[in-house]
Amino acid sequence: MEFTYAAAPESRSVVDIAPSYKLFINGDWVAGKGGTFPTINPATEEVLSKVTQGSASDIDRAVKAARNAYTKIWSKLPAKERGKYLFRIARILQERAREFAVLETLNNGKPIRESRDVDIPLAAAHFFYHAGWADKLDYAGVGKSPKPYGVVGQIIPWNFPLLMLAWKIAPALATGNTVVLKPAETTPLTALLFAEVCQQADLPDGVVNIVTGDGRTGAALVNHPGIDKIAFTGSTEVGKIIARAIAGTEKKATLELGGKAANIIYDDAAIDQAVEGIINGIFFNQGHVCCAGSRLLVQESVYGTVLDKLQERMAKIRVGDPMDKNTDLGAINSAAQLAKIKELTSAGDSEGATRWSSPCELPEKGFWFAPTIFTGVTESHRIAREEIFGPVLSVLTFRTPAEAIEKANATPYGLSAGIWSEKSSKILWTAQNLRAGVIWSNTFNKFDPASPFGGYKESGWGREGGRHGLHGYLLTTQKSHSQKGGK
Amino acid sequence: MRLDVKKTYKLFIGGQFPRSESGRSYEITSPKGVFLANAAQASRKDLRDAVTAARSAFSNWSQATAFNRGQILYRIAEIMEGRRDQFIAEIVACEGVNTKKASEQVDAAIDLWVWYAGWCDKYISVAGSQNPIAGPFYNFTTPEALGVIGAIADQKSSLVGLVQSIAPIITSGNSALIIANEKSPLSAITLSEVLATSDLHAGVVNILTGKVAELAPWMASHMDIDGIDLSGAPRKSATELKSLAADNLKRCHHFTGESLERILAFTESKTVWHPIGV
Repeated sequence: MEFTYAAAPESRSVVDIAPSYKLFINGDWVAGKGGTFPTINPATEEVLSKVTQGSASDIDRAVKAARNAYTKIWSKLPAKERGKYLFRIARILQERAREFAVLETLNNGKPIRESRDVDIPLAAAHFFYHAGWADKLDYAGVGKSPKPYGVVGQIIPWNFPLLMLAWKIAPALATGNTVVLKPAETTPLTALLFAEVCQQADLPDGVVNIVTGDGRTGAALVNHPGIDKIAFTGSTEVGKIIARAIAGTEKKATLELGGKAANIIYDDAAIDQAVEGIINGIFFNQGHVCCAGSRLLVQESVYGTVLDKLQERMAKIRVGDPMDKNTDLGAINSAAQLAKIKELTSAGDSEGATRWSSPCELPEKGFWFAPTIFTGVTESHRIAREEIFGPVLSVLTFRTPAEAIEKANATPYGLSAGIWSEKSSKILWTAQNLRAGVIWSNTFNKFDPASPFGGYKESGWGREGGRHGLHGYLLTTQKSHSQKGGK
Repeated sequence: MRLDVKKTYKLFIGGQFPRSESGRSYEITSPKGVFLANAAQASRKDLRDAVTAARSAFSNWSQATAFNRGQILYRIAEIMEGRRDQFIAEIVACEGVNTKKASEQVDAAIDLWVWYAGWCDKYISVAGSQNPIAGPFYNFTTPEALGVIGAIADQKSSLVGLVQSIAPIITSGNSALIIANEKSPLSAITLSEVLATSDLHAGVVNILTGKVAELAPWMASHMDIDGIDLSGAPRKSATELKSLAADNLKRCHHFTGESLERILAFTESKTVWHPIGV
């Protein structure tokens, strides 16, 4: 007997998308000077709206508004009142969660199930968590009465648009900074809706400014002399450009960059559970995840079993309309990203790895890529070294735990890793030896506002979330230990 | 009459005392111009050798118990204490200060080792955390050593600036290569003799003497160095060095004095999600 799913589309009637959007500067909608460009639904290529290409002069205006708000209002506000604004924002996000989830899925292409159950609730939780820090910064571990930087420039990616906004804005405001944020070029809509949330929360004008645009807008923000600190999430390539751009300045930076995470399956793992973890590790959010488990390392003795079960499971992944509540894998975010995935997977073919894709039907319109694995991958293959940022898994094998560690660490990245085993001591030994900032054991792609996130090596600088995440937004006031007498 | 047996001042790489592979040396004089010694002038190859030595030492040193590292750092203080007179004489000769000033500098350097020795088994408790996440996981964050760290010693003092850089780097389990004070490197070499006899693993600390302006860009651009302490770098070169360091996103820092921050700057925080269940 064959079971099929009936379509279960989420309604888009909860969302009002304006035909065009201006920039959100100093609490107001202002026309930009760089023209407009269309923003689309990547699942249908339908134009959703037109947004503004923020120019250098728009950035200048936003930075001045942020500075003014910092000097005159935000830095003078008692910390507990600052915290209350964040609590308000968290509540409004919860109240308008459905609207945000639908808009996120329309603009990003991710399944509604994920935007509804992961992106939006976590974004609200992030504001709620940081709200409580605002008047407790003496306990953040950077010394007594730590001070904010001032005006922070923030640049976020397109893979988790609202969640990345929350990761950036919540700690920045809680620590007393004001913000100029540039959303990703292809996913500006939830950030623009967030501007409305700021208005509903009565957040003082200029504390949060949102300037849309492409890389040029981001560059103008990074290079603006009025910015005290840059917080960036995106590619390692751009991260390095930013590091060079600020080398001769007093600006600080936190960078959340690329990854090529190893997901290690030991032979004593609960295999069915591990297979679910592999699926979640690489196919969550179409693999558009910097910490995706994109390199599967399977112990040789269970390789056959894992591969069979994985392919069987992959064939059941439902690819298609992101607005359908049953959909597992949505659209690739843009034509450019799809081209990049195709280019790297072709390199996988030509370098001798074996491709297998789930036999699913892909929609005609929009940008799509079927869940794919490569077997016979060696460490030197491009698909084992470079971040694909799509639903593509490279499978490698190992014999001993030591070999697993060596292969897992053989990358310039160090963002995350996964371990699957039923033996606790082995899990902790492996975790201790992996050079990565976030280690998931018997799970993958879990996030929490209380849990610091960030990478080793070329995966970036600093942490976001938890007590550690506050450090990126506070000036250290730790005094030098005195030689004479000590403390 | 008896002639002094003078010391040859060489580099300290991988626990050994080689001359520069380039065969170069440069003259060390007192502030009044009196010849003191010919110090080795390290080359790019020497710097690379130092990185290789530091990298191979990293695994064992970072995995040594915190208690063991603390014992070794304290041992360094003990051995330095026994060599007080030699350090004082070298500082007097190189810097031209009086014995009292030199003696204060040696005291400060020894006390720094004692201070950091005590941090080895404490910084993790102070800087780590257990995180109350919403789910059945035990979630904790712990700082650990970053890897191979390059440092440019403070150029104002010959000994204390050197220790200010080295001690916090190796407290957490990093290995280090350091460019000594260019004009007054004699006590740096004597310090390496102390390190070589303090049970410190070979390669954990490597000391290069030579020209800062020549060596620093090579250090900043080396792809197997994870972080750099720019405390002793000339201010005007900081931009260039940080730009070069961006090639592999080295963590770059600049410090004054000793602090816990100085240890933490060259650590990396690891967050582990461990399952809870039956």
